[in-house]
Amino acid sequence: MNEAVPSYLSPTGQEIVFLLLGAVAVGSALLVVTTKQLVHAALWLVVCFGALAGCYLVLTAEFVAWVQVLIYVGAIVALLLFGIMLTRAPIGRSDDLDSGNRVVAAIVAVATAAVLVTVVVDGFRTAYADLTPGRGSAEALGGSIFRNWVLPFEALSVLLLAALIGAIVLSRTDIRGR
Amino acid sequence: MAEVLDAVVRLVVIVAVFLVLPLVVGQTEHKVMAHMQARLGPMYAGGFHGWAQLIADGVKFAQKEDVIPAAADRRVFAIAPGVALVPYLVVLAVIPVGPGLIGADIDAGLFFVLAVLGVGVLGSIMAGWSSGNKYSVLGGMRSAAQLMSYELPLVLAASSVAMAAGTLSLPGIVEAWQWWWLPWQAIGGVVFFLAGLAELRRPPFDMPIAESELIMGPMTEYTGMRFALFMLAEYAGIVVLSALTAVLFLGGWHGPLLPGPVWMLIKVFALAFVVIWLRVSYPRLREDQLQKLAWIGLVPLALVQLALTGVVTLLVA
Repeated sequence: MNEAVPSYLSPTGQEIVFLLLGAVAVGSALLVVTTKQLVHAALWLVVCFGALAGCYLVLTAEFVAWVQVLIYVGAIVALLLFGIMLTRAPIGRSDDLDSGNRVVAAIVAVATAAVLVTVVVDGFRTAYADLTPGRGSAEALGGSIFRNWVLPFEALSVLLLAALIGAIVLSRTDIRGR
Repeated sequence: MAEVLDAVVRLVVIVAVFLVLPLVVGQTEHKVMAHMQARLGPMYAGGFHGWAQLIADGVKFAQKEDVIPAAADRRVFAIAPGVALVPYLVVLAVIPVGPGLIGADIDAGLFFVLAVLGVGVLGSIMAGWSSGNKYSVLGGMRSAAQLMSYELPLVLAASSVAMAAGTLSLPGIVEAWQWWWLPWQAIGGVVFFLAGLAELRRPPFDMPIAESELIMGPMTEYTGMRFALFMLAEYAGIVVLSALTAVLFLGGWHGPLLPGPVWMLIKVFALAFVVIWLRVSYPRLREDQLQKLAWIGLVPLALVQLALTGVVTLLVA
């Protein structure tokens, strides 16, 4: 982790690609919340998730990158689009898309970002992580989850199961509350 | 220099395969369907049994006017065929054809393939929405609903093979494959193939396209080259699905006597034939039947296969 820190003035190709992907992610995320077209917002979200997957890839977290594409781009956005199209999906601009809370929302977003950036910068300072390929492979990740992090993993599974059962109970009309 | 040359050669081969195999499958569909229905199919284009029919179709598509409806969302409408097509090209690059014969060997290849295939369906949702046509929107919605319900059995069935092989790498899975996996993984194989067909929206799972009620659904407003791209995506999808099923469940390049890549091609074309056969044999499933088949039929079967794989793996180890 703490090897000789290379100069910031001569970035490697990896770092440049990472920065570009980061810029794409932030830019498309901004477009998601500012565009006046509902479906375009969902489609910009695809670009944002894709750029994020690219970031993971550059950081050698290969498995996480593919899971990001499979779950978020393939399933979540398809679900979002289905929901939008089921309710209303006008072509063209809708003027009522802006929420009255947008000033508060912007403040909360900026504050959260500021906290996260400060924590990360303060926590790592000039630490330099050497990116060797293979550290984020499925094998390494599986070993780490099922050797060191089994308890959180199982707790999360139970949480998801509870949410699943909750959804079934809520959607079934023949199960009544007492 | 050698590295660059190597990459270029691989890329050219993959693009060539991508352009040729779907055409062969398309032509086979023309002829096989015709003969199953006691017709002859294309007979004139190119002379011998109409072999150049699809090339003639391509020339026709290229000459047509590219119409974009006035009510459409122009940008989304224009890029939708690309979104539908490119994922299949990308997937072809990681499918192993023989020992060492692969475009790019990825560590988590199986996950990569499933992830990228999921993106392709966004193309038809985008096309359906942006056309500014109510039938297209209905088709797009049905596509989205179908994708969501069939993604689960597809991933579950595929992960059963990954469990059996102990790896997510596609060449690794083929290398670990033994002949007795055929009966062992049979349920998973059928589930994977059917769920894959549904993701391609091929008959009998073509409710989103349904030409007799939705007039081709998401593709209603497309003409010329853009429509041709959608067609190419459909047939490339058949090739990719057949190749994936062959790699995961039929042992890829394994087989007696003939060299590996030949076996792989034989398996791919046999499965593509089954895809065509199913189209001719079965009527279209209704939307509720589609959802029922996925949630009540395929998901439990995939879970049974997963349990079976786990038990056998433990017993053998």
